[in-house]
Amino acid sequence: MQHRHTLSILVENKFGVLARIAGLFSGRGFNIDSLNVAPTKNPTFSRMTVVVKGDDRVLEQLTRQLDKLINVIEVEDFHPDEAVERELVLVKIKADSKTRSEAMQIVDIFRAKIVDIHEASMLVETTGNPRKLEAFLDLMNKFGILDMTRTGLVAMKRGQHNEKLKMKNEKL
Amino acid sequence: MTLGADILVQALEREGVEVVFAYPGGASMEMHQALTRSKIRTILPRHEQGEVFAAEGYARASGKAGVCLATSGPGATNLVTGIADAYMDSTPLVCITGQVKTDYIGKMAFQETDVLGLTLPIVKHSYLVMDVNDMARIVKEAFHIATTGRPGPVLIDIPKNIQQARTQPVFPTSVDLPGYRPFHKADPVAIQEVVGLISKSKRPMIYCGGGVISSNASQELLKFAEKTQIPVATTIMGCGGFPENHPLSLKWLGMHGTVYANYAVNEADLLLAIGVRFDDRVTGKVDKFAEHGTIVHIDIDPAEIGKNKPVALPILSDVKYALQKLNEVLASTDTKDHRARFADWHRQVEQWRKKYPLAWKENPRDPEEIQPQAAIRMLYELTKGEAIITTGVGQHQMWAGQFYDFKDPRTFLTSAGLGSMGFGYPAALGAKVACPHREVVDIDGDGSFLMNIQELATAYVEGIAAKAMVLNNRHLGMVVQWEDLMYKGNRAHTFLADPKHPDAEYPDLVQVAKGFRLPARKVSKKSELREAIQEMLDCKTAFVLDVRVPYTEHVLPMIPAGTSYKEIIIDRAPANRPASAPSDEL
Repeated sequence: MQHRHTLSILVENKFGVLARIAGLFSGRGFNIDSLNVAPTKNPTFSRMTVVVKGDDRVLEQLTRQLDKLINVIEVEDFHPDEAVERELVLVKIKADSKTRSEAMQIVDIFRAKIVDIHEASMLVETTGNPRKLEAFLDLMNKFGILDMTRTGLVAMKRGQHNEKLKMKNEKL
Repeated sequence: MTLGADILVQALEREGVEVVFAYPGGASMEMHQALTRSKIRTILPRHEQGEVFAAEGYARASGKAGVCLATSGPGATNLVTGIADAYMDSTPLVCITGQVKTDYIGKMAFQETDVLGLTLPIVKHSYLVMDVNDMARIVKEAFHIATTGRPGPVLIDIPKNIQQARTQPVFPTSVDLPGYRPFHKADPVAIQEVVGLISKSKRPMIYCGGGVISSNASQELLKFAEKTQIPVATTIMGCGGFPENHPLSLKWLGMHGTVYANYAVNEADLLLAIGVRFDDRVTGKVDKFAEHGTIVHIDIDPAEIGKNKPVALPILSDVKYALQKLNEVLASTDTKDHRARFADWHRQVEQWRKKYPLAWKENPRDPEEIQPQAAIRMLYELTKGEAIITTGVGQHQMWAGQFYDFKDPRTFLTSAGLGSMGFGYPAALGAKVACPHREVVDIDGDGSFLMNIQELATAYVEGIAAKAMVLNNRHLGMVVQWEDLMYKGNRAHTFLADPKHPDAEYPDLVQVAKGFRLPARKVSKKSELREAIQEMLDCKTAFVLDVRVPYTEHVLPMIPAGTSYKEIIIDRAPANRPASAPSDEL
């Protein structure tokens, strides 16, 4: 069965780690849909969030191989229901005196933010889950998207921390 | 203040390294200079592929990590096949490469190649040393990673300026690798469950592999099999993990394994898969493999569990530990009834064994023709089954597995997973260095032998008395066999002698060996075979025995790729089979 998977990978913050991880995906012909990496509270570790579509069984084996990499501390495969997923997008749209106010209304409704503005364009920042962002970008498209960049998904498991996790987080 | 290259060598000494296989070059000569200041023996091969195969042979014969050293660029790329080979066969290696100076990296400097990037998918782990202060720690970690858990190759790439930098070394006594958890121990509940499954089964089988040898668990396996009276089939990687002259041994299974091992594993109602990975050459069509059996899989590698075949009871564990625990539980269990309970099963297995023995046919028209199988069997008899055997890849490799009975672990060293031709002779050198008092014979094919024939110089110069028995059929025999089976015998570049003079003996291996100042002999008559093999064995130096054999022999039995054991070809009757379309299976 093909599904979208959100993998949260805790790694040592060392050079080459990204290449090792990316290699396991590319070697199987998997395309990474989105990828986000940044240090954790402890700068010697990084958290990586990878979104990938693929066969469940193949991905399960891939997850185990990821876990086997020496620099990988832990891998979790989040089910969308059990995790909070967010993404940030910066989008530059066409907006002149005629369309600006309408665009601002939509920005308001989506609780997005205008971070830069010029005579014929403005730069909007927004965060949300993938569905919200799609809806927002659909509406922005009407004005004309000049440029866009997205962070890729970040995710965190919902619910209470268990003891093991708490201990780990203190270390991180 | 110590030179980086000396820190490396001192760190190797601290790991107990006694020998390195090393071919120098511009980016690695600093380390060679350091080796001249050490008691470590440096063996100079004649090609980096030879050195890495020799390191593998050393590692597999000794159980210790093999160490090899090469220069940057072409030196490093020449190691790649051996690294992939060690990765596939879980051989502990530490491969050290020189690299261009750090400020030249990424600029296409002379003899620069990104060996770390090149080898990413075929190493257990790898390092690029960017600070001389990391050197001692990295070497310590590399040996730890290479030899623990499921063993494998670790690469250390060292830029020349790091070799030449100086620091006050601190040699760590332990490693701190938060993401590396190689030690797994079977859950006691699972162990009880296995014992329960055995007590309910009627047709149990053990299918075990290289994991038994890697974890030094042969004694435990023998005890377990004898106590439970369960027959044992190994993989080709597992040959010697269980004594093949034991009544419970069915030798090995898979594409060219024995009929009785394949039948028994597939007809079993309980399959104990121990230190194996359900490789396609073993299982054939994997969903048909052991389809009637409850499968228990004991392995140290979590990524192998359920990879190719869903199993009823997965046990993540060091094989030796799991077998010890099983033996402990069984010690207090009454298994006296096993022999009676499995009597029907044993009878069935013995019937198969009698009906389908491994055999070969003499040539009725030429009684002096040497069948390759006969040569191997004679070597077995003359060495009393006590030699360490290495092989190249192809027909001779399968025959070596079939007709030499292996009693001890670490005595059959073959490139099983990657199937690298050219493995045999350099691996024999490494094994002989590891075990100088044992007879070491490379049973090779003419194609494979030629691929690393330059290592005869290493044998001569270093005084390593590894023997080569070349089963010379002047063809790429295994491909010829597949041409016969699938391409109506159309020969597509599988003739390895001189097409302009097809009857001439080319290349002349005896002459070649003489060029290396090594004794050699050609034998083409069966009546001279025994004496020729004995001459090889009696020789105190390396020796090349060129055994002339027909190219028309097929390795049988054979389960064609991607089919099940029921389609096993037992007798050679290609005319009776439909000339099948070229298979899409490998």
